[in-house]
Amino acid sequence: MSRWLPRIYLMLVYALLYVPILVLIIYSFNDSRTGYRWGGWSLRWYQALFDNHAMVQAMWNSLWLALAAATVSTVIGGLTALALHRYQFRGKQALRGMLFVVMMSPEIVLAISLLAMFLVVGLQLGFVSLLLAHVTFCLPFVVITVMARLSGLDERLLEAARDLGAGEFTTVRTILVPVMMPALLAGWLLAFTLSLDDVVVSTFVSGPSYEILPLRIYSMVRVGLKPEVNALGSLLLVFSLAMLVLSQFILMRNKR
Amino acid sequence: MDERQPFRSAVLLLVWSWLLLLVLLPNLLVIAASFATRDPQDFLSLPVTLESYQRLINPLYLGVFTHSLYMAAMTTLLCLLIGYPFAWALSRVDKRWQTLLMILLIVPFWTNSLVRTYAIKLLLASNGLINNLLQSVGLIDAPITMLYTEGAVIAGLVYLLLPFMILPLYTVFEDLRDDLLQASHDLGAGRMATFVRVVIPLTLPGVIAGVLLVLLPAMGMFYVADVLGGAKNLLVGNVIKNQFLDARDWPFGAAASVLLTVAMAVLILAYGLSRRRIGQETVE
Repeated sequence: MSRWLPRIYLMLVYALLYVPILVLIIYSFNDSRTGYRWGGWSLRWYQALFDNHAMVQAMWNSLWLALAAATVSTVIGGLTALALHRYQFRGKQALRGMLFVVMMSPEIVLAISLLAMFLVVGLQLGFVSLLLAHVTFCLPFVVITVMARLSGLDERLLEAARDLGAGEFTTVRTILVPVMMPALLAGWLLAFTLSLDDVVVSTFVSGPSYEILPLRIYSMVRVGLKPEVNALGSLLLVFSLAMLVLSQFILMRNKR
Repeated sequence: MDERQPFRSAVLLLVWSWLLLLVLLPNLLVIAASFATRDPQDFLSLPVTLESYQRLINPLYLGVFTHSLYMAAMTTLLCLLIGYPFAWALSRVDKRWQTLLMILLIVPFWTNSLVRTYAIKLLLASNGLINNLLQSVGLIDAPITMLYTEGAVIAGLVYLLLPFMILPLYTVFEDLRDDLLQASHDLGAGRMATFVRVVIPLTLPGVIAGVLLVLLPAMGMFYVADVLGGAKNLLVGNVIKNQFLDARDWPFGAAASVLLTVAMAVLILAYGLSRRRIGQETVE
């Protein structure tokens, strides 16, 4: 009895976490227009989604933004992790502190500070402001993913490289980057997903010239229930799940 | 290592300039803006004043803030009540299953929280799934109003934030050694005494970290209140958003944001203290 009680409790909470997601996915195939009564299986809402020109445009915009944000934050995040792991420099603690604050801050605080910055320097709100903002909130997550990998590095490899006369850049390119690669890929996938899903920061720093998917969904779900949102939401959920599975696969396969 | 390595310098320059321009400077700007005078045309204007902070405690907003704080506190409490036993049970599960269960737990972190908020709306709506089920079973005659209530906002926030409470709790329960519980038992403590005097103090850092990760987002996630709460159940995030984007009252929005940051600093400090206390006690 006392062995089963915790297990039943675990299953119950997992069910609570997953039932809404399953309901959404099942309802996305519902043929009924009203959205809540079951009218048989259908793909009509997926069809409606791809027939909607503005929606498809927003999807492309979001994908481009996520690709760019993930790539830039992986490069900068990877280099930051490298610097924190390998170099001694003044203000190292402050740098760690800033990354920690970005990670812990409520998104809305980050969003406001970035908008204030863009207003002061007079940056037009659009793709560039979104990119700068997304890279900034993705950065700490890439850094901790890569740092975790570097902490398991065999230092003798680096000594050997130095003894063989390798310069700093050669050492990084031939030893550190290959070691970091699985974590860089996992970090890239995480950043891509975070960028694709962000609502709070994007609400503040986007402009009318560049409409992205989460904000389009936001304007749709504020009033009532819309069957197209079921389809779009299901697509996004399945896509994110695929990214998560892929990243876990990469990290686990390269564990040792 | 050579101090003047060009590669090393380039890396440090890039990293520092990004963080200074997009983290430190923006935050300083917000602090400055919170002391500025309201001016819908310009972002900042003089003279320096405390007016925005005074308006925060103006009855009009104070009501919204206390209501928001109440909803966030209820969310945090519920997450703690559900998450604490959950994390304990999870840490005692067979190791073979733990990886899978952990992945199932971080799924919410990877998936779109706006879409999941909408999924809750699908369940709670007056023509939604729960009402339909209850009506077809015959438990109720007319749909119960669940959407656009305080309860709906709290339910949505708990649903979104529960994993963020569980993860730090799970970490501390993983470190909780069985021999400490055994020792407490051998020294004559009952179950209750062991729980209060051993388990709670040792898991306190996890509790504080969980509160930090739940309480502040629960005040900021304006879209949850928008989708599930209707016009009456606003969060601090909604006020900040309205002041910044619609009313263009930047000093006021900035002051509210500074307040959230101060709350965060206090919680981080509490977390540090609780960890240090445990560190000392185990060393002695």
